[in-house]
Amino acid sequence: MKKQITISVNGEKHTLEVEPRELLVHVIREKLRLTGTHIGCDTSSCGACTVLLNGKSIKSCTVLAIQANGKEISTVEGLATAEGLHPLQEGFKENHGLHCGFCTPGMLMRAVELLEHNPNPSEEEIRWGIAGNLCRCTGYNNIVKAIQYAGAKMRGEETPSTEPEFV
Amino acid sequence: MIPASFDYAAPASLEEAFSLLEQHGDEAKILAGGHSLIPMMKLRFASPEFLIDINNIPGLSHIKEEGGYLKIGALTREAELETAKVVRAKYPIFLDATKLIADPQVRNMGTIGGNIAHGDAANDHPAVMMALRAEVVISSAEGHRTVPIDEFFYGFYMTAVQPNEILTEIRIPVPGPRTGNAYHKLERKVGDYATAGVAVQLTLDEQGTCTYAGIGLTNVNPVPLRAARSEEVLVGHKLDEERIDLAGQYAAEDCNPSSDLRGDEDYKRAMVKVLTKRMINKAIERAKS
Repeated sequence: MKKQITISVNGEKHTLEVEPRELLVHVIREKLRLTGTHIGCDTSSCGACTVLLNGKSIKSCTVLAIQANGKEISTVEGLATAEGLHPLQEGFKENHGLHCGFCTPGMLMRAVELLEHNPNPSEEEIRWGIAGNLCRCTGYNNIVKAIQYAGAKMRGEETPSTEPEFV
Repeated sequence: MIPASFDYAAPASLEEAFSLLEQHGDEAKILAGGHSLIPMMKLRFASPEFLIDINNIPGLSHIKEEGGYLKIGALTREAELETAKVVRAKYPIFLDATKLIADPQVRNMGTIGGNIAHGDAANDHPAVMMALRAEVVISSAEGHRTVPIDEFFYGFYMTAVQPNEILTEIRIPVPGPRTGNAYHKLERKVGDYATAGVAVQLTLDEQGTCTYAGIGLTNVNPVPLRAARSEEVLVGHKLDEERIDLAGQYAAEDCNPSSDLRGDEDYKRAMVKVLTKRMINKAIERAKS
């Protein structure tokens, strides 16, 4: 039996009919056609489906769309503005923070909340902070650097060197 | 993977939730954080016909000291334990545990009540609650009842919570001075279930004699296990190396781990011994500081 829900996605309100069993990630990708949010493992391990729900990073493969009723969702499509890329997107671009790019939307959305709670995280805090996001290219070193770059930029400090690290 | 069909309601009060439970009986499941239930439904290990989402019910999410207890609302998220001031000051055991539970996104959804009500000996809070001798508040249309944590776990996925009831709060007796607590689990990778986990709380008197010991074990027994003999060997004594070693030895002997991908039985017993000793020493260190 379908139920009506209203969700706000990247600031835009949508009223939709959903079955209770529909997962949030499917509604985002298939009904709203926002395919930046990826489905990786589909078992809440890999973090590719990470979005913000009322400002908190969650794995949208393990949340029912109906649970998001009345709530605000932010996806990777909402990060860039008319002024340009989000500092995290810029950080990933400048630091080679992505190889194949599959994990990137989830990494970005997780890092948004991480920097909001901790604007100047240590390397260890960043590594614990992205423990729920897997990069199968194993490009973690440059992902950490990308988040440090974005943190510096958002704090209004000089951004660190973007010399890529090859390991 | 999409779960099998079910119907859904998100009541705004406990009374409304109780009447839905009355109506649907054991065909209904309570949805809190959903991070144990939804994966099970996707894999068809669970196919409830009705989900009662309790997330819109006010009054189920809090962390506060009141009337001699630390009270944790059932809907409190793991992430909220990590940042609560009272937890940072007096209950570092929760910081030890939450850091090792799944990952940040899961901890934003997962609830303390759900972690316990799921009735899985692989979850981390049951052992912690045993070390702290928590009580579980279970509510129904008839009112509230309190169950000691030792009488809460009946078997695999089976607990004292009946089909017409909801776990609403966890109460932890506020420990006296010179108390220390600690938790660690050995895990193969970040966010995994424990190969073995040990929770310890100790209270010492001014002379350094142990007046309280609580020791709970994770994932080395069909149900969460209290290491009773290990506690007995500590209480009433000064905690020298010999006693601590004996406590570790007893915990290793009294648990019943099964051999699986995380390790064989002997290995897990050996790890229980090592972790018990380490957590006792860490708890002593914290009790003294």
